[in-house]
Amino acid sequence: MQLPPALCARLAAGPGAAEPLPVERDPAAGAAPFRFVARPVRFPREHEFFEDGDVQRHLYLQDVLMQVADAPEKPRVPAFACQVAGCCQVFDVLDDYEHHYHTLHGNVCSFCKRAFPSGHLLDAHILEWHDSLFQILSERQDMYQCLVEGCTEKFKTSRDRKDHMVRMHLYPADFRFDKPKKSRSPASAEAPGDSGERSEGEAMEICSEPVAASPAPAGERRIYSHRSVSELFLKPVLNVYSVLRILGCTWAVFLILNSER
Amino acid sequence: MWSRRQGRLRPTVCGVEELRRRRREREAALRKARREQQLVSKRLLRDDTPEEAGEGCVAAILGETEVQQFLRQAQRGTEEKEREGALVSLRRGLQHPETQQTFIRLEGSMRTLVGLLTSNQALLQLEAARCLHELSHSEQSTVAEACLPATSYLLTYLSGHSSDFIELCLYTLGNLIVESEAVRRQLLPQGIVPALAACIQSPHVAVLEALGYALSQLLQAEEAPEKIIPPASASSSILASTLPQHMLQMLQPGPKLNPGVAVEFAWCLHYIICSQVSNPLLIGHGALSTLGLLLLDLAGAVQRTEDAGLELLACPVLRCLSNLLTEAAVETVGGQMQLRDERVVAALFILLQFFFQKQPSLLPEGLWLLNNLTAISPSFCTSLLSLDLIEPLLQLLPVSNVVSVMVLTVLCNVAEKGPAYCQRLWPGPLLPALLHTLAFSDTEVVGQSLELLHLLFLYQPEAVQVFLQQSGLQALERHQEEAQLQDRVYALQQTALQG
Repeated sequence: MQLPPALCARLAAGPGAAEPLPVERDPAAGAAPFRFVARPVRFPREHEFFEDGDVQRHLYLQDVLMQVADAPEKPRVPAFACQVAGCCQVFDVLDDYEHHYHTLHGNVCSFCKRAFPSGHLLDAHILEWHDSLFQILSERQDMYQCLVEGCTEKFKTSRDRKDHMVRMHLYPADFRFDKPKKSRSPASAEAPGDSGERSEGEAMEICSEPVAASPAPAGERRIYSHRSVSELFLKPVLNVYSVLRILGCTWAVFLILNSER
Repeated sequence: MWSRRQGRLRPTVCGVEELRRRRREREAALRKARREQQLVSKRLLRDDTPEEAGEGCVAAILGETEVQQFLRQAQRGTEEKEREGALVSLRRGLQHPETQQTFIRLEGSMRTLVGLLTSNQALLQLEAARCLHELSHSEQSTVAEACLPATSYLLTYLSGHSSDFIELCLYTLGNLIVESEAVRRQLLPQGIVPALAACIQSPHVAVLEALGYALSQLLQAEEAPEKIIPPASASSSILASTLPQHMLQMLQPGPKLNPGVAVEFAWCLHYIICSQVSNPLLIGHGALSTLGLLLLDLAGAVQRTEDAGLELLACPVLRCLSNLLTEAAVETVGGQMQLRDERVVAALFILLQFFFQKQPSLLPEGLWLLNNLTAISPSFCTSLLSLDLIEPLLQLLPVSNVVSVMVLTVLCNVAEKGPAYCQRLWPGPLLPALLHTLAFSDTEVVGQSLELLHLLFLYQPEAVQVFLQQSGLQALERHQEEAQLQDRVYALQQTALQG
């Protein structure tokens, strides 16, 4: 197929439309038995006209079309350690380091060190777990935002939000990035893959386990004891024993202070 | 462009003939699938590192005990390298359909895998994702559907920052999407469309290509025209999201255009446009001018002989333009949004020549665009004449009957505009070409030739004499018994004899 030499020049030149020649139709043009009518044609998606092009597209997807070649090795670099304080992981492949960094150090809560897969979930966590204003406001209005990207629904409690995510968005009931804050039930236990792990940022979640399970670092023990005292105060039913214990505590302090005078 | 893709494939151990044979088989299978409207293809990313290839080229099928063992090791092992190694072994075993079946039948196996996928150990996470990816590639629906518990996490990770991991999640999702409507019925409420819309802002080319793939699979779904594309389908709607604008951005020619990414989004756009849901909306976003400029760019690339896989991009672009031109909105939309640039015709012919040499099966698609350009636009018809493109067009006649009919239709588009146009069609190679096509046996080709002759005789009566001198009547007589052609043959004979 030979193209006129001036064609390439036309392509390279600037935009422009040809001044149309005058159109002058004779009614006899469309008279029977002739039936030609100039019209643009459209084809719907399943039309057989598209068969050849579709087959080529799918050959490409199956990667048969292009030449297959040997897989290149991932470039290796001299081993280096992760620079984040407290992390001692060593890497010699940059991609692995990138993934490690984003997973463990990328979206980390500065309060409790917990890591999240995205900024969106981190923001929700900080708001709901560490913002006291949030707690106050949530008593009066719906503050718990649905965690699914694009959904703007808000709820009174995290329980309601979870119900919404399960019912409307078909999310699993044990979705790992939606742990309720003050939970003691076994249902909020870790996914099997994490049992027995003491990785950083998991401290809050494993507090419900008995202390005797394994030696915990000092920091965690402190948190645990803090929680057990606050649990006492927050328990809806104060039994006589615990009241006496509290009173006994303060009475003992009073006695000591008085005796020192 | 394609080197990264090549890097992901298995090394070949077979010769060129074997490759050709396999390709022919696959092509036949795909054609059959398309005719049954079952055209489904998945994409497999597989990183075969040299160490793996060395330790016995073919991964063994794993039995139930072995699968359990590897899972337990991955979950509870003490050394991180050991845990990772267990998952690698599992992943290699999962290349086999038998191992995949064993895995999904094992109680708690998917739960364990999902636990590893969501753990804080980065490398375990990656390996778990690769296991899932192998499973997603299975041709058996039970295997792919067994991956459903992982989808909410795959979607969550799309808004992360690790590009390799996101790419893997996207290809896995793309494979799952195409599996069955059941899978899509879960993914849509889980927010796959907003998740993709957020992810499309990634600067990583590999992520964008993977996203385009996943999106094209979603748009290819049978229920897409009713449930996924239209703006009214609430949060799962493609057209209501920012995706169309971003898609068009990926198709703008210039230094930032990545061919691999552009191919995926061009196909996405094609699936949206040929569903004919809301094309005026796309025209309003400047689809016509963007695609027109892209066509010019493609023609330029062809001239620079950068033709590796160009037809993969040219095909959907041609389809999009052709279908968009049928919208009434084309006439009403203002200035820049329209398609009036004569260079489009020049570019189209450069592509037609390229197809003629490299991929003749795409000639009808190019000619379809030419028909839609010339049918209603006197300006484009004039361009065809002033750029001397009639003769090249006639050179396509011998290719096939389908191509012949389309070439003749385009010529009719030009001729029907009146005497000013027919004057430029004659004298010239047109009449001899018509006498030649009248000798064809295909009724449609002959029929279209008769239509063109009629127009030529009407607007350029001098042509009749030459027609008679060149044994035109005998050429007509050949068809006077043919039912579909009789009336027209007779009418032309009368015109010729009276003229």
